[in-house]
Amino acid sequence: MSDINITVIDREGVSHKLIAPTDMNMNLMEVCKSYDLPVEGVCGGMAMCASCQVYVHTDKHFGERNDDEEAMLDEAYHVKSNSRLGCQIPISTEMEGAEFELAPEES
Amino acid sequence: MIKTDIVIIGAGPVGLFAVFEAGLMKLHCHLIDAIPQAGGQLSEIYPKKPIYDIPGYPTILAGELVDNLMEQAAPFKPGFTLGERAETIDELPNGNFVVTTSQGTKHEAPVVMIAGGLGSFEPRKPIIENLSDFEQNGVNYIVKDPDQYQGKEMVISGGGDSALDWAVYFAEKNGFVHLIHRSDRFRAHKDSVAKAYKLEEQGKLKLYTFAEVKQLEGKQQLEKVILETKDGIVPIDTALWFPLFGLSPKLGPIADWGLEIEKNAIVVDTFDYQTNRSGVFAIGDVNTYPGKLKLILCGFHEATLAVQSAYKRINPDKKFTLKYTTVQGVQGFD
Ligand SMILES: Cc1cc2nc3c(=O)[nH]c(=O)nc-3n(C[C@H](O)[C@H](O)[C@H](O)COP(=O)(O)OP(=O)(O)OC[C@H]3O[C@@H](n4cnc5c(N)ncnc54)[C@H](O)[C@@H]3O)c2cc1C
Ligand code: FES
Repeated sequence: MSDINITVIDREGVSHKLIAPTDMNMNLMEVCKSYDLPVEGVCGGMAMCASCQVYVHTDKHFGERNDDEEAMLDEAYHVKSNSRLGCQIPISTEMEGAEFELAPEES
Repeated sequence: MIKTDIVIIGAGPVGLFAVFEAGLMKLHCHLIDAIPQAGGQLSEIYPKKPIYDIPGYPTILAGELVDNLMEQAAPFKPGFTLGERAETIDELPNGNFVVTTSQGTKHEAPVVMIAGGLGSFEPRKPIIENLSDFEQNGVNYIVKDPDQYQGKEMVISGGGDSALDWAVYFAEKNGFVHLIHRSDRFRAHKDSVAKAYKLEEQGKLKLYTFAEVKQLEGKQQLEKVILETKDGIVPIDTALWFPLFGLSPKLGPIADWGLEIEKNAIVVDTFDYQTNRSGVFAIGDVNTYPGKLKLILCGFHEATLAVQSAYKRINPDKKFTLKYTTVQGVQGFD
């Protein structure tokens, strides 16, 4: 078993402690959905909708933004320097203790 | 008033397959969709991506699956009301339903099937103060009937497939187009981006990267868009602006139709996928029930069962038995 603990702050500012498996090939968007957090994941995780945008509150980056992700964030709203697409962050042991915040919904 | 046997709200894969199943039982269908083309998420979100879990197809592109479904439904001559959103479902004294769209088009039928997926596709709008003033007067979020723009000068914004594809289309057709994008990276397919650069070399397309439309000007009709670019402010005279930033699905009016909703989906009875309103069915991604999976193949199954029940509602006294298509073939409508 290699579960990790992360914190996700929802759009109302409520913080949620989540336990995520590292061995199920899941990403952060999917973990949020599995906890019924209001993340739509319209494109199913293909970096094509930005509905899974999060702000990373931890210093670590968990990998760099990839090209598709950069291109999508270029067209998204409410983007900050610490924005990532949740679906492009695979759950890994490096994320233990990390904190994320859901970006506002687009209109 | 358009009259038919089944009004299908949503022309995604599930709505299209329902036309075929209904046709086998000699029922006519009419489809309504908010976007100008059929195919739902497959056409709008991932037309060029492969799908691997359609039984019998080890792999098929989403766009191809839609073409095949259209071909399969074609013998049953479905009607289409495209580019209009279904707004209301009213009941007539004779028990029939009337579905009215955003443009006021009315459709009457004894059965309504909602195959609305994740909801109707609505444009992602840029944040500009007086945007709504120009929405009927030069600003368009989708390209409907491209012929009407023949020979017209226009500005297109966006970096995804629809922005690039339309920019290329109009550059080739009209000989000139302005394309504006916030960065120099594009989400669109590489081929479309390469085509756009080629058209720029030929002087048919003017590309502004790291640029954004920030202001709109005009008395009533749009006359000018003002760009903010890395080299400063650039005004462009134009009466047409297409901000094509993609569409995202919104449940929208479905929530107001007196149906039981749970987690943004319509609760149905798995016996026949009927909703709490008798005669109104919900199939595909738009419904929910214990064990629901939002998959195309599950939607096909739901459509098949729902049509059986629709048949009994429409023809309460007629007998019908299941016939294999292998045995009876496909007898289309004249
Ligand atoms: C990127 C991606 C990859 C996918 N990959 C797969 C896969 O590999 N296998 C698989 O089985 N599934 C896959 N899916 C899921 C699949 O696309 C959906 O299950 C399928 O599209 C559902 O079909 P549908 O006909 O129910 O709805 P949709 O395809 O969502 O179509 C619904 C249509 O209804 C219209 N509509 C809704 N409300 C209204 C209204 N009020 N008025 C007018 N029109 C309305 C919408 O505009 C839309 O066009 C994927 C989805 C995505 C986003
Ligand atoms: S789920 Fe669509 S971009 Fe992440």
